[in-house]
Amino acid sequence: MSKVQIMTGNQAAAIGAMLSNVQVVAAYPITPQSQLAEIMSQYIEGGKLRAEYVRVESEHSALTVCISASTVGARVFTATSANGLLYMHEQLHWAAGARLPIIMCCVNRGVGAPWTIFNDQQDSFSQRDTGWIQIYCRNNQEILDTVIQAYRIAEKVYVPVMVCFDGFVLSHTMMPVEIPDAGKVRNFLPPYKPHTILSSEDPRNINPVLFPWRRENSEGILCDGYMEMRYKLQAALENAREVIMETDHAFHEVFGRKHGGMIWEYKTEDAELILTGMGSIASEATTAADMLRAEGVKAGAVGIRVFRPFPKDDVREAFKKARAIIIFEKAISYGYEGGLCSDLKSAFYGTDIKAPIHGYVAGLGGRDVKARELAEAAKASLADMKAGHIEKNTTWLNCHTG
Amino acid sequence: MPENLFKLNAKEYILPGSRACQGCGLSLAYRYMLKALRENTIVTLPACCLCVLQGIYPSTPVMIPALNNSFASTAASASGIVAGLQALNRSDTTVVAIAGDGGTFDMGIQSLSGAAERETDFIYVCYDNEGYMNTGTQRSSATPLGAITTTTPILTKQQHKKDFIKIVEAHDIPYLAAVSPSYPIDLYEKFVKAKKIKGTRYIHMHIGCPPGWVYPPKDTVKMGRLAVETGLAVLFEVEDGKFRFTGRSKTIAQKGNRLPVINYVEKQGRFKKMNIEQLNQLQVWVDKKWDEYMRRAEG
Repeated sequence: MSKVQIMTGNQAAAIGAMLSNVQVVAAYPITPQSQLAEIMSQYIEGGKLRAEYVRVESEHSALTVCISASTVGARVFTATSANGLLYMHEQLHWAAGARLPIIMCCVNRGVGAPWTIFNDQQDSFSQRDTGWIQIYCRNNQEILDTVIQAYRIAEKVYVPVMVCFDGFVLSHTMMPVEIPDAGKVRNFLPPYKPHTILSSEDPRNINPVLFPWRRENSEGILCDGYMEMRYKLQAALENAREVIMETDHAFHEVFGRKHGGMIWEYKTEDAELILTGMGSIASEATTAADMLRAEGVKAGAVGIRVFRPFPKDDVREAFKKARAIIIFEKAISYGYEGGLCSDLKSAFYGTDIKAPIHGYVAGLGGRDVKARELAEAAKASLADMKAGHIEKNTTWLNCHTG
Repeated sequence: MPENLFKLNAKEYILPGSRACQGCGLSLAYRYMLKALRENTIVTLPACCLCVLQGIYPSTPVMIPALNNSFASTAASASGIVAGLQALNRSDTTVVAIAGDGGTFDMGIQSLSGAAERETDFIYVCYDNEGYMNTGTQRSSATPLGAITTTTPILTKQQHKKDFIKIVEAHDIPYLAAVSPSYPIDLYEKFVKAKKIKGTRYIHMHIGCPPGWVYPPKDTVKMGRLAVETGLAVLFEVEDGKFRFTGRSKTIAQKGNRLPVINYVEKQGRFKKMNIEQLNQLQVWVDKKWDEYMRRAEG
């Protein structure tokens, strides 16, 4: 039986992991993820979840434990934030390269120096190119559901999934969340089958050294070189779109909720102005769109739910009627612009989408962003666009740049 | 204890065709180690000489399943294997983490300390060839005083070797041993014993390296023996805190016929720039360590 409870985003993630029957958890505490690590300990020590909890001495080891436990065939879970994620960087590449279906929650937080414990998305954004699927959640229900979906996706495509949600804004904010029925989740998630079994009967040397070229094995079969393996990882991410869409669809059939698969849309059918972003700021943009509509501007919002693989075809469809596009993001590629802004522009290249695009960097290090401010920023951009300022530089919202 | 090499497990777990250097001490040690551990063992290793010995994809000469991981993570990787096997009710498998001195004394110390403190049920093996040999003989914290490396090419290493075994022992683990492949029966017996013990077990292997130490490949066994005979490597075990000499070191302790370090140093090109002051310092350092061991053996 499903039931509704009031809970934080961290609790929702922990329940998602418990319902997914994870078998090994390894985590190292960091604000704002620590509550999630604590709740998992309670579940396991209290006997609610039968799993091994490895209380590691660092984030690098947390992900290493997950890598090795996943290799031997256990379903694994970890979570981190900010500098913890950066400390894992080497192992993020390792997990994806080894094709392991690890699920990690990234409770998004700004990175030092200087220190901030508050929210932005520079941590996960800076891990964009590690070969992980990245999904950004907009509310606590989506966090719980996405953790469950993530296991089904990862174990089909053998690519790790990072479930990202905004620190404090979601991690420590209470919202009503429907908890799915445990039996239904078990049916939704078939048992994890590792791609390779580590056994003396069939000894293998996993993740060994490769030459640049392809080589024959002892039976004379030509085996992949490093580059073929990298190509297969890329192909797996590209093919993951279909699995992500199918999973969201199947989830809807069983649990009655869908989160959009690659992206979600809000009042875009007739929208001339589309606001977009990832995570809670995209959710905030829906309120801004309503405010703009109240003032006669036909506005809508699109949430980029999956950042990698990039939803190229989905955004081409969603933005095809847009006359103006405004992007709010909580991360930046230093020296250029927001990464989502660049990706959207490149997705539209060669299409009929010629709408002017303005990028905003907002909410870094927890700087508050209200829906009203997004609406005002959108109006200012519209005025600029009407005045012919198409190639506008990135604007830093609520930032004293003088 | 098997009285001779013919009484050891006859099965070979390393087939011909490993990629180790000619005369590699690790090849010998790994061979006897796997004979002692037998099937139902999983090995995890970082980027290191062993990673090369294990072969280039898609072939491997090693008949025991192995999981390669990144440099800092050997003991954490073992923790993950142990946890994963436990979750899958496969806890009868022996999990072995094995890394060189660079991956243990230097970069791997954090994850090893963490795993030992968590009383992880695994064997950690450090094969100590006293430098970053796989990357071309750079200095590590295990390199002895006075040795030339490619990052101490002119002045030689100015510091003594880190007493890493002491650091491991401070974790109060149930079993700790030091071995040399020049004494394979002693090595074999300690692995057989370690396999039967629960908890974190640590075995330190002193490994000769012909290209790194600059001696002829045929002399690896001789170098290992000289290391033990001079006290630069000591064969011992510490079981539940109780120290005892074993094998050749035990005989030396009884007879008091330990050789001066010059007998070892003069045979290796890496020490050719060692001055008399460094030689004396090395002798004083070895004497002090040996005296500590003697006191523990008596106590």
